[in-house]
Amino acid sequence: MVDVLIVGAGGAGLVAALHAKASGASVKVICKSYPTRSQTCMAQGGINAALSHGDEDLVEIHAQDTLKSSQGLGSKEAIDMLCFNGVEAVEWLDRIGVPFSRTSDNKIAQRRLGGATHARACYAQDYTGLKILHTLYDQCNREGIEFCNERFLLNIMTQESDLHVSGVTALNIKTGEVESYEAKSVILATGGYSRLYDRHSTNATNSTGDGIAAALRAGAKLSDMEFVQFHPTALKNSSILISESARGAGGHLLDKNHKRFTDELAPRDKLSQAILKELEDGSGEVFLDIRHLGEKFIDEELPQERKLAKLYENIDPVNELIPIKPVAHYTMGGIEVDNSSQTALKGLFGVGECANHNVHGANRLGGNSLLELIVFGKQAGENAAKYAKESTFTCKSKRVFESDKKSIDALRDFEVEIDFYEKKRAIGELFYRYVGIKRNEKELLSALDEILKIKDELCKMGIRDKSQIYNTNLIEFLEFKNILEIGEVVINSAIKRKESRGAHFREDKPFQDDENFALHTIADNKSISFGGEI
Amino acid sequence: MRVHIKRFSLDDEIKQESVTYELEAKEQTLLAILQEIKSTQDSSLSFTSSCRSSVCGSCAMRVNGVEVLACAYKPKDGDVVEPLKNMPVIRDLVVDMDKALTCNTKAAAFSSKNSKNIALSPDDEKVNELQSDCILCGSCYSACPVYESNENFIGPFALTRSWRYVSDKREQDVDQKIEAIQKDGIWDCTLCNECVPVCPQGIAPKQDIMMLRSKSGVMGHIDPNMFGGGLDFGTPTF
Ligand SMILES: Cc1cc2nc3c(=O)[nH]c(=O)nc-3n(C[C@H](O)[C@H](O)[C@H](O)COP(=O)(O)OP(=O)(O)OC[C@H]3O[C@@H](n4cnc5c(N)ncnc54)[C@H](O)[C@@H]3O)c2cc1C
Ligand code: SF4
Ligand code: SF4
Repeated sequence: MVDVLIVGAGGAGLVAALHAKASGASVKVICKSYPTRSQTCMAQGGINAALSHGDEDLVEIHAQDTLKSSQGLGSKEAIDMLCFNGVEAVEWLDRIGVPFSRTSDNKIAQRRLGGATHARACYAQDYTGLKILHTLYDQCNREGIEFCNERFLLNIMTQESDLHVSGVTALNIKTGEVESYEAKSVILATGGYSRLYDRHSTNATNSTGDGIAAALRAGAKLSDMEFVQFHPTALKNSSILISESARGAGGHLLDKNHKRFTDELAPRDKLSQAILKELEDGSGEVFLDIRHLGEKFIDEELPQERKLAKLYENIDPVNELIPIKPVAHYTMGGIEVDNSSQTALKGLFGVGECANHNVHGANRLGGNSLLELIVFGKQAGENAAKYAKESTFTCKSKRVFESDKKSIDALRDFEVEIDFYEKKRAIGELFYRYVGIKRNEKELLSALDEILKIKDELCKMGIRDKSQIYNTNLIEFLEFKNILEIGEVVINSAIKRKESRGAHFREDKPFQDDENFALHTIADNKSISFGGEI
Repeated sequence: MRVHIKRFSLDDEIKQESVTYELEAKEQTLLAILQEIKSTQDSSLSFTSSCRSSVCGSCAMRVNGVEVLACAYKPKDGDVVEPLKNMPVIRDLVVDMDKALTCNTKAAAFSSKNSKNIALSPDDEKVNELQSDCILCGSCYSACPVYESNENFIGPFALTRSWRYVSDKREQDVDQKIEAIQKDGIWDCTLCNECVPVCPQGIAPKQDIMMLRSKSGVMGHIDPNMFGGGLDFGTPTF
């Protein structure tokens, strides 16, 4: 048995592992692929910290910007924790070797992202997330942290009586065997659920909210699950992100007649709504035009974007318009945690995009999620280590393990009647249309109907590939089941929140209603309610 | 359009076979084609992918014998798709990278002791900008011929990573890193250049190995292959 078991090896998981180890705990990390393949590598824009070089930025202003953007759903205490520790977090990353871009006076370079009053996003060219993730991984190698790669989290093991965590079960993808990992404390760092929107998301294909679904099944609480941030500019066919800097540098949004129709620098939620309107009312086409920025600028500042537009859309942005659409990008909701990163289950901690530390509220600011990984990763790692040290708990129950083994075996001799890939795509379309940028009660209810129907049909779905070893058909089916569970919570939360706030825009309730809804939406495996201090 | 995929399975009786899939010819990436095959024709086809934008390094494989990222390659009729070399194949296009990744630790490719007091200029930062672009896709490792004779070779990506940290002006413990790459490391490379053209990030591991050799030379290490010792600045040894 290890002291601290970490599930997920993106930025959040690796930071937690390093700090748990530094606190004297024995540590093991499991993840469903390899650490450096985690979605954290995709972040380009930067990581926020009010380093106050050059312009008069202060940690207090960073906190104000974040609180404002959270639109009444952020916790001041948590936001202060995030922003006041930002400078130290970036300095720590710098010290372990993250090659941040530099200014001519040898300082860490910063740029301004949407919603920020100052240039406070520290970056490493277009590769901020990649370089942070790899540097963290290298540090883990230095510390000899043990990785069990290609293990898919199935369930969280608890003792029935007092909801006390004792480890997790996982499918070893390479062998096809169900394994149990016992631990005194467990940290979930499994990332977000934007892939609920299937192909309408900028996210990696495996951002399917597995940890969140497992936490829900085990009895933890989720909060604010209806808040999903849409990014206004993704490539139309592939949903690949075109970074905000394209607009920041003067790129234009054009309608089908090649006329501008909106303020390109408006916040993400407003811009996504404007583009969606144009797509629905107009001819279904919106373009990003960066031709006037010139080839030199594009090659220097947006090289990845040019490459990807050529590859996926067969167009060259230097002399052609880029077809775009808004897509799901970041999920603000997640596992509810307290101010020590602990969930409602004893010994179960959560961190990163899978958890909700109440720092983003109804709308995340670009650059704050990478920061969250570092600041709260430390908190989660240290607290899980402390918890493990004080814990005398041992659990020998094989209940979860046995039942997981049985259900995986059952899948292997089951005749498929309904194809789940088709349903996965259908859920994506359904969510994009009815539970996306704009919502209303009628459509939400019909979406709920649809989801419940699919849930009923689940018993007819399964895997066609019955093999034991490296069965990705099985993994994708397990991800699909998680998506289905989470989807239901997202719709129900969206139905209950009869107001508009940040990323949750209800056309039938277009105003923010602080009297009734300045509260978190809390879901457990039985019901959804409003509550929680803000 | 037809693509031939080399399939391999430990489960079945047929261990390795080439399977041909017919598809409508469309302008799309190999990854998109693999996904289409999996969700419409053959759910047992196995491969890995994640970001689909060439930064996660999950979908490296070989097409007609050359390493590519499936998400960045557009197939042509008759292409032959195979898994990477030099790593155990688990199934179809999936290889096990665990052993290859231990090379990073062997090479001590991490920051050991960074001095707080050394500020980096934009030029200092450019020194290892390219090396830190590595996505650990394993393409270079697959292309390297040294593994035929020395399976313990630290190899191209780990040596590039070593140079990334050795060349960092802030690093105070360069000795330990240089020490770590003497055995099964820089001197085992034949400077054949195979790792260079296959890197999707434009990194040249061979170049970094040459830099490490000259740094090692300055620090008093000797090429064990050279009679009487001395420095090898890299005449290819074909
Ligand atoms: C295109 C893009 C650009 C972005 N740009 C920025 C930016 O500029 N600035 C910013 O602050 N944020 C940005 N973000 C958001 C930010 O990158 C993410 O919120 C953050 O990286 C999430 O990190 P994480 O560690 O929580 O999860 P992830 O990096 O998603 O890692 C999740 C980990 O959990 C593992 N895992 C998942 N499920 C299982 C399972 N069932 N079993 C075992 N392991 C599992 C995975 O293998 C992985 O290791 C961007 C996001 C995207 C998609
Ligand atoms: S140059 Fe060296 S590392 Fe690169 S492929 Fe040749 S032998 Fe391998
Ligand atoms: S050096 Fe290039 S080819 Fe080798 S692992 Fe890194 S990115 Fe891949």
